[in-house]
Amino acid sequence: MTAIQERPAAEIGQERRRKEDQRLITGRTRWTDNLTLPGMLHLAMVRSPFAHARIVSIDVSEARTAPNVVDVLTGADLGESQGVNINAWPITPDQVAPVHLPMPSDRVAFAGEVVAVVVARSAAEARDAAELVDVDYEELPAALDLKEAAAATDQEGVLAHPDLGTNRSAFWKFDSAEAGTGGDVDEAIQQARADGIVIEREYRQQRLIPAFMEPRSVVVDPTGEQLTMWSATQVPHILRFALAATTGVPESKIRVIAPDVGGGFGGKLQTTPEEWITWAVARRIGKPVKYTETRSESLVSGHHGRDQWQKLTLAAEKDGTVTGLKVELLADMGAYVSLVGGGVPVLGAFMFNAIYKFPSYQFNCQTVLTNKTWTDAYRGAGRPEATFAIERLMDELAAEVGVDPLAIREKNWIRHEEFPFTTVAGLEYDSGNYEAATARAKELFGYDELRAEQQARRASGDRVQLGIGVSTFTEMCGLAPSRVLGQLDYGAGGWEHASVRMLATGKVEVVTGASAHGQGHETAFSQIVADRLGVAFEDVEVLHGDTQISHKGLDTYGSRSLVVGGEALVRAADKVIERARPIAAHMLEASVDDLEFSGGRFAVRGTDQGVAIGEVATAVFAAHDLPDGVEPSIDSEATYDPVNFNFPHGTHLCAMEVDTETGELKMRKYVCVDDIGTIINPLIVAGQVHGGLVQGIAQALWEEAVHDESGTLVSGSFVDYLLPTAADTISFEIDHTTSPATTNSLGTKGVGEAGTIASTPAVVNAVVDAVRHLGVHDIQMPCTPERVWRAVNGAGSGGSTEGAAMPHFGDQEAAGNQEQPGTASTEGAGA
Amino acid sequence: MIPAAFDYLAPSTVEEALRALAEHGDEAKLMAGGQSLLPVLRMRLNAPELVIDLGRIDSLRGVRDDGDAVVVGAMTQHSVVGSDPLVAQHAALVSKAIEHLADAQVRHRGTFGGALAHADPAGDLGAPVLALGAELVVAGPGGTRTVPAQEFFVDLFETAIGDDEVLVEVRIPKHTGWGARYEKFVRVAHQWPIVAVAAAVRTEGGTIAEARIGLTNMGSTPLRAHAVEAALVGRPATEDGVREAAALAAEGANPPSDLNGDADYRRHLATVLTRRAVLAAAQG
Ligand SMILES: Cc1cc2nc3c(=O)[nH]c(=O)nc-3n(C[C@H](O)[C@H](O)[C@H](O)COP(=O)(O)OP(=O)(O)OC[C@H]3O[C@@H](n4cnc5c(N)ncnc54)[C@H](O)[C@@H]3O)c2cc1C
Repeated sequence: MTAIQERPAAEIGQERRRKEDQRLITGRTRWTDNLTLPGMLHLAMVRSPFAHARIVSIDVSEARTAPNVVDVLTGADLGESQGVNINAWPITPDQVAPVHLPMPSDRVAFAGEVVAVVVARSAAEARDAAELVDVDYEELPAALDLKEAAAATDQEGVLAHPDLGTNRSAFWKFDSAEAGTGGDVDEAIQQARADGIVIEREYRQQRLIPAFMEPRSVVVDPTGEQLTMWSATQVPHILRFALAATTGVPESKIRVIAPDVGGGFGGKLQTTPEEWITWAVARRIGKPVKYTETRSESLVSGHHGRDQWQKLTLAAEKDGTVTGLKVELLADMGAYVSLVGGGVPVLGAFMFNAIYKFPSYQFNCQTVLTNKTWTDAYRGAGRPEATFAIERLMDELAAEVGVDPLAIREKNWIRHEEFPFTTVAGLEYDSGNYEAATARAKELFGYDELRAEQQARRASGDRVQLGIGVSTFTEMCGLAPSRVLGQLDYGAGGWEHASVRMLATGKVEVVTGASAHGQGHETAFSQIVADRLGVAFEDVEVLHGDTQISHKGLDTYGSRSLVVGGEALVRAADKVIERARPIAAHMLEASVDDLEFSGGRFAVRGTDQGVAIGEVATAVFAAHDLPDGVEPSIDSEATYDPVNFNFPHGTHLCAMEVDTETGELKMRKYVCVDDIGTIINPLIVAGQVHGGLVQGIAQALWEEAVHDESGTLVSGSFVDYLLPTAADTISFEIDHTTSPATTNSLGTKGVGEAGTIASTPAVVNAVVDAVRHLGVHDIQMPCTPERVWRAVNGAGSGGSTEGAAMPHFGDQEAAGNQEQPGTASTEGAGA
Repeated sequence: MIPAAFDYLAPSTVEEALRALAEHGDEAKLMAGGQSLLPVLRMRLNAPELVIDLGRIDSLRGVRDDGDAVVVGAMTQHSVVGSDPLVAQHAALVSKAIEHLADAQVRHRGTFGGALAHADPAGDLGAPVLALGAELVVAGPGGTRTVPAQEFFVDLFETAIGDDEVLVEVRIPKHTGWGARYEKFVRVAHQWPIVAVAAAVRTEGGTIAEARIGLTNMGSTPLRAHAVEAALVGRPATEDGVREAAALAAEGANPPSDLNGDADYRRHLATVLTRRAVLAAAQG
């Protein structure tokens, strides 16, 4: 039989360029907004400008008569047909959550909420008519400040939803003494107050906006036997389930397609009012309809992330051995409890103890409702917040003890010979080597030289001071063992599904339940299957994101696709080999026991006789001569439920120059050594690490969703919501150490969120380290030059951000509405 | 983002543009590079009935030498002005300011005249044009008139250009041999300045003989720091020599407070940046 094809010895580990990139980058591909269906109508949303208001009346008469307008609908018109937006993770049995109608008809609870929808023949006509909808609002006081909202009652303060009687949604607690995983934290703190060290801090996790590249878009076609929804979503399977569960359409009549999706970062891990409205309108009108948001709409109505106050108490012995950590969080849910909602801070609950052997630990989280945009998962979801808190605290402890921040970490971290290790939060870390990653990072960084330079600059009182920031992070990813999710009251499991279809021509179709939206699954999964089945990389096609093709799946988030979805894939591929084996034996007239499979070929041991798996596939297709009783198929599938989370870790080092005169920051060096187990494709990994780093650095330095005192999003465009570009970053030095995961066949660990989780505290630690000798021990994020300057000049952590935007796009007419101080001529600098 | 519907006219002469303006009054809007106008239209902050595109009026493009001045046509793109050798030689301050203006795409489309007519107090061109004492030439129904820069900027987004007028060119007096520096303070590279300082300095043997200083985003219009200019004359071009004068930079200025900084921080920045800009200009 024929010789096998030329292919590299191993695909895994190759720096393959991503096969999907050409079409994605050029845009000549199936973005949802690129779809045009016959007779398709377009939607424009009318949104509330007020954070909290009663809807007195909505007059749609003028809009309805505008050119080519088909209909204008309000929440009252759609009634129950619009369904509801669900929360899939009620973190406590008594969680308080308002009913979330996609389009309310009586009251709006955040600025940006949809109150009416225009249906027209073109998007432009829909937009024009939306301007003509006249909504009469009666403004209500808005609950905006997180701390004030948490303290409000029905007697005093402002309630985001007055009928609920409280802004407190749920209180979630973990205590190591109660759980039997450790000691009593209050005792540890008491002890430390008597004869040790107690560090008490309060940190702010500012509100962020995911800001994915492709705005959200949805098309619904109600004309077939199944209703089809295309959506720019990370979660087509969850979306289908939620549509069925809330809109009365049987699941079997719903097809959801996530075509090419341009990024998400958690921001598309949602089931949105806009999707539900589009669904309801299409069903009502009986024609395909499309809604694509503008960037401004995206920033104001797509869910936001982070937004916590973190109160932290760390107890330690005088030598810096930590004896306990107590965490008290306030987490802003925004106006509604979103799909994962309160689960985001709870995911962080297991990570505050990080890589350390803390003997006692307590985590308390109060989730709070406010009149701001809802919040949910954003890259890292709960874990960046936790990592920030503990890595900042470890630096503070080092400063208190008077030792190097790496030394304090080493004193407390789990040593490599102690794995597997059960933490005080009850997780079992399977593998890791913090010593190795740290040693490599120090070497790449030139740690000692930079410390020497820092000393020199301090000694000479240089205007530019140098800071060195450390972050030795770990995270739990690979969401998630279904059993654990059940214990945490999450509404679904955490398994993943894959199937492998062997085509008659020897090509291979792989179907995964993961739903890539920029990660490079097509390439990485092809590499895995190419190796496993011994076929050419080019011969593997990866299919995903369509519930009729990938009928089973739990989608992509939480760095799960490779470690959970990849494992399902490996198992499905192995089943293909097992199903092919008796057929190959039959073809070779040999005994099954005499066959060995390697390099894509079944060979008869000790002979040159063999048959390639593609040839078996062809023979199965013809089915002319199969062994008796053997089904004519070697296609296989597998559903894998992970046995544990997955724990990548790494050491990140950041050197930052701080101009003490202006507060300007200049990153000098950034080194990270991540242990992510076996690497499938180093190029994709580098992309994930670089992108992740920039996103985490951006939280430290640039990004913040700011509202004014009436609840309007001030940073409502990219002029004011500062996303960095390549011009704002330096060239990162990245490397890896490898402790393969022991809980999956390939030894892989997640990498999608690692950079984001690790980098934020590394950067802030560097900024603080640069000016600590000037009496600074915290600077609030984002560390703007102004905040740094104020901190250096003795004004604490830098104060709050002014709720006003630069008015660049005002013109004479628009400027008339803006109150702007200033006159043309002034004394000292007058014209 | 879709703008409201408008009619579109692309005249090939200034006269035609003026006629259209006269006919449509304030229902018409001129468009140069569109980099500021289009966002305004797309966000529906303005909805003119007619957009008059100046892009086909060739006479408005280009840089030319006119005796003691360099003349920049209103429709000359930032990228062209920024790389023009005449500008670099005789009005280096303008070249320096353009280096840091927006990003490459915006510099390729946006125009010198459009930016000045837009009169964003955070715009990078106002301060250098004001500091160098330029004159702006405006065409109207009754012919052309010349407006000195210090009278051109009236308020936030407001200039001396009338509703029926078109800015045609900017005459910048030659400052040959002057050192120049534009100190722009931003958080990310593609941002408008939080504060910027434009400094042109003429030195004689290590001493400052003349200085011209403009401030960006320190009030509702670009400002000229006359007090600093006066105090610099005769001072040595050293850090100590310049410090005292630079400390006057924010005197009387009325900077805004916004996401990027409070007014008092901007005042502080203005003094630091002025010192740095003057020193660099004097030494460059
Ligand atoms: C992303 C981005 C970043 C930017 N960053 C900066 C920055 O850092 N610094 C900076 O200085 N600028 C910045 N800009 C603005 C840029 O300089 C614009 O090009 C400029 O403000 C407007 O120039 P334009 O030619 O595009 O004018 P247009 O947008 O076409 O017009 C602007 C206004 O001027 C009027 N106008 C135009 N030409 C004339 C004329 N000949 N006579 C009378 N009125 C006229 C128009 O009617 C309109 O009101 C940025 C713009 C963008 C989009």
